[in-house]
Amino acid sequence: MKFFLPRDMAAVALGADAVAAALTAEAARRGLAVELVRTGSRGMFWLEPMLEVATQAGRVAYGPLTVADVPGVLDAVATGAAHARALGPVDDIAWLARQTRLTFARCGIVDPLSAEDYAAHGGGRGLDRALALGPAATVAEVTASGLRGRGGAGFPTGIKWKTVADAADAQKYIVANADEGDSGTYADRMLMEGDPFCLIEGMAIAGIAVGATQGYIYSRSEYPFANATMRAAIAAARRAAMLGPDVRGSGIAFELELRVGAGAYVCGEETALLESLEGKRGQVRAKPPLPAHQGLFGRPTVINNVVSLASVPFIMAEGAAVYRDYGMGRSRGTMPIQLAGNLKHAGLFETAFGVTLGELVEDIGGGTMSGRPVRAVQVGGPLGAYFPPSLFDTPFDYEAFAARDGLIGHGGVVVFDDTVDMRHQARFALEFCAAESCGKCTPCRLGAVRGVEVIDRIAAGENRGGNLVLLRDLCETMKFGSLCALGGFTPYPVLSALNHFPDDFQAPALPAAAE
Amino acid sequence: MPSYEPWSAARAETIIAAGKDAPGALLPLLHDLQHVFGCIPDAAVPMLAAALNLSRAEIHGVVSFYHDFRSHPPGRHILKLCRAEACQAVGGEAVARHALARLGIDWHGTTPDGAMTVEPVYCLGLCACGPSAMLDEAPLARLDAARVDALVETVR
Ligand SMILES: Cc1cc2nc3c(=O)[nH]c(=O)nc-3n(C[C@H](O)[C@H](O)[C@H](O)COP(=O)(O)O)c2cc1C
Ligand code: SF4
Ligand code: FES
Repeated sequence: MKFFLPRDMAAVALGADAVAAALTAEAARRGLAVELVRTGSRGMFWLEPMLEVATQAGRVAYGPLTVADVPGVLDAVATGAAHARALGPVDDIAWLARQTRLTFARCGIVDPLSAEDYAAHGGGRGLDRALALGPAATVAEVTASGLRGRGGAGFPTGIKWKTVADAADAQKYIVANADEGDSGTYADRMLMEGDPFCLIEGMAIAGIAVGATQGYIYSRSEYPFANATMRAAIAAARRAAMLGPDVRGSGIAFELELRVGAGAYVCGEETALLESLEGKRGQVRAKPPLPAHQGLFGRPTVINNVVSLASVPFIMAEGAAVYRDYGMGRSRGTMPIQLAGNLKHAGLFETAFGVTLGELVEDIGGGTMSGRPVRAVQVGGPLGAYFPPSLFDTPFDYEAFAARDGLIGHGGVVVFDDTVDMRHQARFALEFCAAESCGKCTPCRLGAVRGVEVIDRIAAGENRGGNLVLLRDLCETMKFGSLCALGGFTPYPVLSALNHFPDDFQAPALPAAAE
Repeated sequence: MPSYEPWSAARAETIIAAGKDAPGALLPLLHDLQHVFGCIPDAAVPMLAAALNLSRAEIHGVVSFYHDFRSHPPGRHILKLCRAEACQAVGGEAVARHALARLGIDWHGTTPDGAMTVEPVYCLGLCACGPSAMLDEAPLARLDAARVDALVETVR
């Protein structure tokens, strides 16, 4: 019998390792020969730990499981009997069936460290096509796909690659930004844990396309599972000639190394990340020069988000047009949207751009877990705006969110119910900015600290009107006087809280906060 | 449970020698040292400076920039509680307050018996099943006050 159970960090947090141990022990007790493959997660976290069993009719699932469920599930599998936790054929689970899984097509299905499994599920075809097409046509293909950066800024990936391809230098670099620090996001983590070869393949394609022979993945210390899997996958990819001195017998070299950050949010900003990779303080660099001209160690560097890079193998394998045909407006292809916070059905939902925020929260997310009304949704991480339900018609699209003073960022959607205090959330945004500021510019370094003080005065009822004006002024200063988006975008959550939830700034302070 | 080695200049020298020639070697070396000693001991700073051809002030600047690096060894267990928004949305702040009160310490503090250090963390990527935490190497999801109490009992 063949079983599949995630090794994903969230699934393990929910008890997957204990279920795996119980399954192995119970099978041994019954004298059953079982094979247990530890996969990534399908991304339906309210069903984790979710066990899958291979049957003649495809995989069937059971979840969420506890250790106590294991004997009953084994009985049900053996006899075909019903089980309270039976979910039926995985492919028929509506939440999965509604998705368009291009980038996450293999995540949760394959053994993350098996190069054979990867190839059997279509892996490697993008790299082969890139090698056959050559650098210029590969860059053109990525450009034609309409792929834009999934790290937040939404810059066209092909254009970035072209700049680096055109730069004349003997040494160029590919850097994967895996410093996924935004609250509410976990797509990079899931991909690195569930389909690490996909990122490796995307980076190798980038290397071939721009003429870079060395890559770095900059991950975070908060992701020990992803880092362990990624390291093992790099070693396996070398053995499978997806990396190394002679990638797939092409004579082209591409080497890859994983580096781990040290708990600084600002190191997700691309130039701070490069400083950190060089072994320095993660301080933001002034642009120009662009990393594409002078990046890591002063050399031309492609720096892309994990999901951007992991989208490339599909684009190269299936062709730019197939990818570009999904989406809306200037947002082409799919986005792995990460539903988080107070939601009944929180998880990773990859879909074409254009789905509305309301569909994501109410329909796909199933509304709040607490059963209380939704009050605010923060999209795009700690620098993203808080939207009220009256903006639920906003389609998931770079421009549509920007038009409403928001951003989609890395695709995190964090839902709050009606117990949320938006003054408190605005204060948190400024406090976070103050704590994480790299210190290079005054509006960010000092403005955020001032902002926290002003909110505290508003809470204490001190000259509310005047202090509210001051808070807006501070936000304007930070917006226009900051070097990077940490200081520049922290006003988004603050101003959205002020604009959409003004009552929360008039209320007296809660007793705990007033002390 | 992580176990740390007492300071040994010879051990530090070996670690530094093994990693110093990689490009951008300082961060990986700091991780290696903290992994072994539980913190970045002051005595390691001049050794790093000499090996990497940097000033002590530069090394200090890097160590102090990053939240991860400690100047003192932690307790026998480290509990990292997520304080970021998705966990706030499901009651993470109350769970954190409960944990700190129960242990009688503040953020970054260590219990007097040396059993546990509590550190804040801003997102563990477990945002679909918060409030989240890590106890040493183990990720934890859907924490509540009762589970925190049980955790505290197991490490005591
Ligand atoms: C404070 C701050 C944090 C950021 N964090 C990340 C991050 O964790 N991951 C990421 O890919 N991009 C992050 N970015 C965006 C990067 O600067 C950059 O735009 C991105 O890595 C480019 O890759 P892409 O074009 O593939 O999106 C951050 C930006 C700022 C200002
Ligand atoms: S805005 Fe803040 S984080 Fe960005 S460069 Fe300025 S001080 Fe550094
Ligand atoms: S916000 Fe707590 S794990 Fe992401």
